[in-house]
Amino acid sequence: MSSASSGGTTREQGRSELGVALFLGALGVLVVVSALLLPESRIARGPVGPAAVPVVVGGLLVVTSVFLAVDVWRGGRGEPEGGEDIELTGRSDWRTVAMLAAAFLANALLIEPLGWVISGAVLFWGSAFALGSRHYVRDAVIAVALSMGSFYLFALGLGIVLPPGILRGIL
Amino acid sequence: MDAFVELGSGFATALTPTNLAFALLGVLLGTAIGVLPGIGPAMTVALLLPLTRGLDVTTALIMFAGIYYGGMYGGSTTSILLNTPGESASVVTAIEGNRMARTGRAAQALATAAIGSFVAGTIATLLLALVAPTVARLAVQISPADMFAVMLLAFIAVTSVLGSSRVRGLASLGLGLAIGLIGIDATSGQQRLTFGVPELAEGIDVVVVAVGLFAVGEALWTAAHLRRRPVEVIPVGNPRMSRSDWSRSWKPWLRGTAIGFPFGAVPAGGAEVPTFLSYVTEKRLSEHPEEFGKGAIEGVAGPEATNNASAAGGLVPLLTLGIPTTATAAIMLSAIESYGIQPGPRLFAAEPELVWGLIASLFIGNAALLLLNLPLAPVWARLLRIPRTYLYAGILFFASLGAYAANANVFDLFLLLVIGALGFMMRRYGLPLLPAIIGVILGPFAEEQLRTALQISNGDLGGLVDPVAVVAYVIVALILLFPLVRRLLPTKAHVPVLDEAVHEIEEAHHHHGTTEAVSVETRARRGSEESDDSDGY
Repeated sequence: MSSASSGGTTREQGRSELGVALFLGALGVLVVVSALLLPESRIARGPVGPAAVPVVVGGLLVVTSVFLAVDVWRGGRGEPEGGEDIELTGRSDWRTVAMLAAAFLANALLIEPLGWVISGAVLFWGSAFALGSRHYVRDAVIAVALSMGSFYLFALGLGIVLPPGILRGIL
Repeated sequence: MDAFVELGSGFATALTPTNLAFALLGVLLGTAIGVLPGIGPAMTVALLLPLTRGLDVTTALIMFAGIYYGGMYGGSTTSILLNTPGESASVVTAIEGNRMARTGRAAQALATAAIGSFVAGTIATLLLALVAPTVARLAVQISPADMFAVMLLAFIAVTSVLGSSRVRGLASLGLGLAIGLIGIDATSGQQRLTFGVPELAEGIDVVVVAVGLFAVGEALWTAAHLRRRPVEVIPVGNPRMSRSDWSRSWKPWLRGTAIGFPFGAVPAGGAEVPTFLSYVTEKRLSEHPEEFGKGAIEGVAGPEATNNASAAGGLVPLLTLGIPTTATAAIMLSAIESYGIQPGPRLFAAEPELVWGLIASLFIGNAALLLLNLPLAPVWARLLRIPRTYLYAGILFFASLGAYAANANVFDLFLLLVIGALGFMMRRYGLPLLPAIIGVILGPFAEEQLRTALQISNGDLGGLVDPVAVVAYVIVALILLFPLVRRLLPTKAHVPVLDEAVHEIEEAHHHHGTTEAVSVETRARRGSEESDDSDGY
């Protein structure tokens, strides 16, 4: 049961999954090294220090990365996840993903200076645009309604005040 | 008899007007969110987690119980009406359920699923109420060494689910454990893997990890492969079952409960195996085996009951040992912990009001589910038509909202995107999500138990060998060595039902486009997208 799925394989397919093995291996080495570099602790109690478990976890990652590399080498392949709205017949649509990430980052950068009502609306509108919606006005109305609604729901219903930003005093 | 007295007082807790209202709200929200395509029960719970902040513990947990059951039922509705299950537990429901829907019996499929869920949920919750206090009483006596061994068993069990790649399961577990290590080590005060970033000192909030992996990862992954043509949704009438539907359903419901509860209660991998077992059992026992594959009602009734019973069974290890066996249970665990309550053997003694209130509200949630879902089925079906652009934009919107609201920290939003990218990679390369989330949540506790055990034994590794622990280690070894063990077994020694279940799982994976996807991906891969694909990993 070491290979996930069988079927025709190409070298390219394998090579990109070797990247996953490389990532796991590098992460494992990072975890082990950073554990070994931990300074001596004065308040440590018990025979097991803070480094022991990270060394084991890092070791697990390194060992798995080797096994995964061998598995990929032999033609094993991870099975891309399917789903209700997923069509695995084309290549990945990186443009959409990049635009979504941009909308997401815009929210993260704007939430404190401009406030959630604006940044959240930007996030929703931008994501809808990225996903192919071209009803600009309708999208904007829904976006503002959602961000305004959630702001008041959190403030009044849950007692959590989201950043009001430049609309402070108005909301 | 004690259990019934306690349960009675649990009902007294749960039936206050406020708590009852929140239980119903939980069921309603859980179903509404869970029915949306692409949103499974785990994501439903993760997205709705922030809503329970600000509520008092008992009320929050009662609402959660409703969300839990509602989310699960919502998932089945989606798989029956769209034939593309969002999660492994409803793969089987989709097989017969969707065929039924296609032949104009969608309403009956939904009805047998709803009533079956109710019957199984009620019996299984009753079993939970009877079994859990006893397990908790026994569990109080087990040592940290035993606890560590059982957690290790849970780690290995969730990585070795039937029909999936074990090395990828272990990789996912390793990723989760590594994320769980981040932060200040409680025993020594040392910062681990924080790289001097002050925001990481307290560790990564579980809400951020769960929402990142499940919601953001899913939205990005789906966006990269979005189906552009309109989805075909089967219209649903009012669910009514005929006399023959009833007589063909009630036995599968009961058998499903009997299969599901024990599978859920042992700390091992989820609902996939028991639902397949139930399917195969029903196929063998049915008086209409020829209808299987064409929409046999038994094939919906059995697995759906199994699914619900195993969810209730999963609460046994969750409440008595603090060990979650499904992603949804793992998120519930972190929700309970966020109130400073540690689920485990002492929970029943320390927080009786909370535990019994929760169990009572499972009954209430279950009944509410039945009352809401039979009449509302046409409404839920309409939710499936939500424009996908708004659906996935909404998931990102609410994911950001929840992650930010948890700690009011912008850093968490960047972290959310990074973890979302990790979730994308895991979906792309078939790394299962369950081991990662269990690793993040359970890892720190396993470490604590290990260190306590070795402190007691003064560093002697022999201190890790207790009677219970030995049993757990033997099972771990058996699971790890199973491929070798299987080679030594004579071929006749296979359990035929299990073999058939494995076959069905492979068929279903095949059916849902895996093999096709691989060959098509191969064609697409010929392009020059390789460097983008690794995406910085």
